[in-house]
Amino acid sequence: MTMPPNESPAADGDPVGAGEPMQGRTVVSADDIDRVVQRIAHELLERNRSAADLVLLGIPTRGVPLAERIAGALEAVDGLRPPTGSLDVTMYRDDLRHHPTRGLAVTDVPVDVTDRVVVLVDDVLFSGRTIRAALDAVADLGRPRAVRLVVLVDRGHRDLPIRADHVGRNLPTAADERVAVRLRETDGSDGVDILRPVPRTAEPA
Amino acid sequence: MRHLLSTADLDHTAAVQLLDTAEAMAATQRREIKKLPTLRGRTVVNLFYEDSTRTRISFEAAAKRLSADVINFSAKGSSVSKGESLKDTAETLQAMGADAVVIRHPASGAPHRLAAMGWTSGAVLNAGDGTHEHPTQALLDAFTLRRHLRDGEGDLAGVRVAVVGDVLHSRVARSNVHLLHTLGAAVTLVAPPTLLPRGVDSWPCATSFDLDVVLPEVDAVMMLRVQAERMNAAFFPSEREYSRRYGLDARRLRLMPDHAVVMHPGPMNRGLEISADAADSPRAVVLDQVSNGVSVRMAALYLLLAGEGSDT
Repeated sequence: MTMPPNESPAADGDPVGAGEPMQGRTVVSADDIDRVVQRIAHELLERNRSAADLVLLGIPTRGVPLAERIAGALEAVDGLRPPTGSLDVTMYRDDLRHHPTRGLAVTDVPVDVTDRVVVLVDDVLFSGRTIRAALDAVADLGRPRAVRLVVLVDRGHRDLPIRADHVGRNLPTAADERVAVRLRETDGSDGVDILRPVPRTAEPA
Repeated sequence: MRHLLSTADLDHTAAVQLLDTAEAMAATQRREIKKLPTLRGRTVVNLFYEDSTRTRISFEAAAKRLSADVINFSAKGSSVSKGESLKDTAETLQAMGADAVVIRHPASGAPHRLAAMGWTSGAVLNAGDGTHEHPTQALLDAFTLRRHLRDGEGDLAGVRVAVVGDVLHSRVARSNVHLLHTLGAAVTLVAPPTLLPRGVDSWPCATSFDLDVVLPEVDAVMMLRVQAERMNAAFFPSEREYSRRYGLDARRLRLMPDHAVVMHPGPMNRGLEISADAADSPRAVVLDQVSNGVSVRMAALYLLLAGEGSDT
C-alpha cells in the first residue's frame, strides 16, 4: 500500500513517466523568483487596495511556501500580513482513478473563508485540473467573496477554461516536457527548470 | 494493498501512512461541509452476518462522507436465513457491482476466504471475523493513542499499553497486539489464565495475571468486553470475582500514571470489566475512539478504493 507522496516537481498533471531519463535547463533564476513574488504582491494590493480581507491558500507541495513568501511581501509593503494556509485538493481530483492512490497532504485553513477574498497559490498551471479541484474544495469551506489564482509558472496546455489572475512567468512548453519548480523550503534552492526527455537517437551505437 | 484483512499484513510504513491519512480525513470532518466527492460512483456493501452497531454505522458514515453509495446487508431478514452460502451471496453482490465489501462474520477467516476465492473483484475489508481480527478497531485505537500521547504524528515507539480481560475471545486484542507491535509500542496482555489463548507466548507481547502490578507502568489501558455470548464454558468462577480481579474501578484508576488514558472498544459491560467511575472519568477516551473510527475507516476506504489499482 506504500505510495509516493504527492510531490512530483510538476504538480499539475504530470505527462511524463517517472522512470524516463530527462535533461534540463534552468529558465527562471532565484533572483527572478524573488522579483516575481514582489510583483505579484503589488498586483494583489493594486487589485484589492488592502491585504485586510485576503486569505492566501497554497496548494501543496510548493504552493504553500509560495503563499508564505507572498504574504511576507504583502506585509513589507502594506504592513499587514494576510493569513496563509494550505489546501490539499487530492480528494477533489477527477483523475484519482487514473493514477496509483495518492498520499494526502495537509489542509490547514486558519480562518473562515466566507466573505473573504481567497487567493489560491500554486507553482505550475498546466491542465487546470488541480485548480478545478481546488475550486470545489474552497466551495466546501465556505462562500468566499471572490477567488483569485496566483501561479509562478503558466506552461500552457489547458484542458479546462481556467486562467490565472496573476502569473509569474509564461513558459511555452512542449507537451512531453516537464516544468520543475525548486524552492528553498522544499528543495534547498530556488529556480525553475524545463526538463525534456533525452532523445534516444543520441545514444552511441 | 488490495484488501484490509489483518493488521499483521501492515508494515510500519503502511500503518503510519494509514494513520496519517486518517488524520487528514479527520481535518476534513471539522469543515462546514463534511462530504467529500472522492469516491463518487463507487459502491460499498456492508455485509454483516453478526450484530453490530458502531462498526456498521461507522463504516456507513465513512463511505457516505466520501460520496460512495452504501448498501447495507444484514444476515437477518435476508436469503442467508434461507440457507444461502457466503459464496452465493458474494457472487450476487459482485453481479450488482460492489467495489468494496465490508464483512463482519462469526466465523474466523471468512473475510480471507472471500478475498482469496475470487468470488468478488472488489476490495474486502474485515470488520471483525469470529475471534480472529478486527483491523479497523485496532487502527482507530492506535489513532486515538497517537493523538493523546504523540500529538497525532509518527508511530507509538515506547508507548506501554495493557490490554485487559477476555483476550481469548477478542479479535480486538489480536489485531491490536500486531498493530501496536508494528508501531513500536510495548503490549502487556492481562487476563486470567483461562482467558488467554493457547500459543500466546508466540505473540509479540508480554502477559501478566496481575492487573495491579501492571497499571502503574502503563500509558494506556484497553479494557476488553467480557463476551458473554461466546462464553460456553466456565472461564471464571463468578462475575463478581472477575470484576474484583480484572475490572477497572476508581481505585485502580488511581494506580495509573496521570497522563494514562482508558480505552474500551464498546459495548461496555458497566460494573463487570469497567466501573461507571472509570468509564465516565475524564481519562476515558471511549467516545473519542468512536468518532476517530469514522476517520480511520474513511482512510481505509480511500486507500483501497481511490486509486487506479482498484478499478473493477
